[in-house]
Amino acid sequence: MLANVAPQPLLAVQELTLQYRDGDRLFTANYRVSFDVLKADRFVVLGPSGCGKSTLLRAIGGFHVPTEGRVLLNGAAVTAPGPDRAFVFQEFDQLLPWKTVRANVEFALCKGSRLARQEAAERAAHFLARVGLAQFADNYPHTLSGGMKQRVAIARALAMGPAILLMDEPFAALDALTRERMQDELLQLWEEHRFTLLFVTHSIPEAIRVGNRILLLSAHPGQVRAELDSDGVDVAAADGELLSARIHHLLFGHSDASRPGGHHA
Amino acid sequence: MPELQQRPPRINTVQAHDFAVQQVPRSRWAKAWDNAGLRKGVLVVALLLVWELYARSLGNPLLFPTFSATAAAWFGSVADGSIPGAAVSTLALLFQGYGLGLLLAGVLTALASATRLGADILETLTAMFNPLPSIALLPLALIWFGLGDGSIIFVLVHAVLWAVALNTFSGFRSVSVTLKRVGRSYGLSPAGFVWHILVPGAFPSILAGLKIGWAFAWRTLIAAELVFGVSSGRGGLGWYIYQSKNQLQIPNVFAGLLTVILFGLLVEHLVFGVLEKRTVRRWGMLQ
Repeated sequence: MLANVAPQPLLAVQELTLQYRDGDRLFTANYRVSFDVLKADRFVVLGPSGCGKSTLLRAIGGFHVPTEGRVLLNGAAVTAPGPDRAFVFQEFDQLLPWKTVRANVEFALCKGSRLARQEAAERAAHFLARVGLAQFADNYPHTLSGGMKQRVAIARALAMGPAILLMDEPFAALDALTRERMQDELLQLWEEHRFTLLFVTHSIPEAIRVGNRILLLSAHPGQVRAELDSDGVDVAAADGELLSARIHHLLFGHSDASRPGGHHA
Repeated sequence: MPELQQRPPRINTVQAHDFAVQQVPRSRWAKAWDNAGLRKGVLVVALLLVWELYARSLGNPLLFPTFSATAAAWFGSVADGSIPGAAVSTLALLFQGYGLGLLLAGVLTALASATRLGADILETLTAMFNPLPSIALLPLALIWFGLGDGSIIFVLVHAVLWAVALNTFSGFRSVSVTLKRVGRSYGLSPAGFVWHILVPGAFPSILAGLKIGWAFAWRTLIAAELVFGVSSGRGGLGWYIYQSKNQLQIPNVFAGLLTVILFGLLVEHLVFGVLEKRTVRRWGMLQ
């Protein structure tokens, strides 16, 4: 359609409207949301609570059937959950408690990615070592701290070698110090493996730090407010406004004219 | 109003010390007392002692035999084969009834998990039949299945089925949404999803259901044997108790009861206790 050939997006979300029922009430979580995620993007979806970002991620995961619009992964419509989209959730109970750390990763590889046992074992060992948990491989999840559990979940998701890694506020339940370290580690893993990441958060600093592209959603219902580039630091634009302030205005400000000067989040 | 004081910063160099985690051995007695088995063992011995002393002071072996007389009767009946025979007969029936009950509970739970109507059926049936004591069905069972193992197995299935199905199903339901999503994102087949995610995820509830079902079945069976007596030419433990009472061999009545208790303890500790330790406790799903 376009004259200049845009790169084929890995994930294309097109005019997606998501609704869910609660008794007699019908909630519209997202209204005609569109965006493209390119290969090796660290694409962050940022918005206040009520912007439907978790519902959006569930729809991309194939857990939620859209009311209208569609999700295309490598050009094919997403209809059901599958191992080509690996999840890291916020909840610490995403590891199977009846399996050791190692077995959790190997199980995902054998059942999800259909690897042979030997290959699964090697991959699991490699990725557990990458997140620094090699010596905890034989522990059961309940003996790990919250941060370690999230590291296992990340290792498991990466080991599956998915087309895209979907992270739903993965560090939101961690303490602030651990969260910062986990963000660094995630970026380092990305440097090494260059996976494609779709990361949902409600924290502006986290979005700026983790993402190379940030999608801002407004709330009730979630609609695309803006899409911005980020280079990892809170830089000032030409007009002197910091990126975080700009995002804050876009999400919460009434109009730029009525709010002169930077409101620093 | 107090002013804030300026103070110089303090910066120390610290290093790790090996006293952060230390071995502090406790006395042998303190360790032994931490062992629940030992504590309970001591308690049992104390109870037996009370029993023995009370029965001796009562001096009426027809009403309340001593522990030593009971033990003697027990060893005697074990030696002459009457208790082992009765126990084998009871256990054979029990396993048939328990096994069949578990099988049906599995089918019912599968139906309930697959469809909403199935869930409604399970919930309605359980609400109706779970409060109904199995032994109350025995008269009816005798008319339907006649005077044989069939009737007893029928009441046993009734005793096991509802408790196990109800616990398994509510366990399936209580598996966290996150775990279910994780399982589904692996692309497991429906059967694989049940086996790899729901069953282990619901294992604390399932284990509780198995225990309750076992206890119900055991009680029902002994009661049924008391009422029912000999089936297929050979009496069970209930029958042994009843017969001994008819012959006024009260120590043997006690020995029969003791056997029932012993089996209960054995199964509780050796089967369910070990199963619990190796599964839900190791997994941190039960404190």
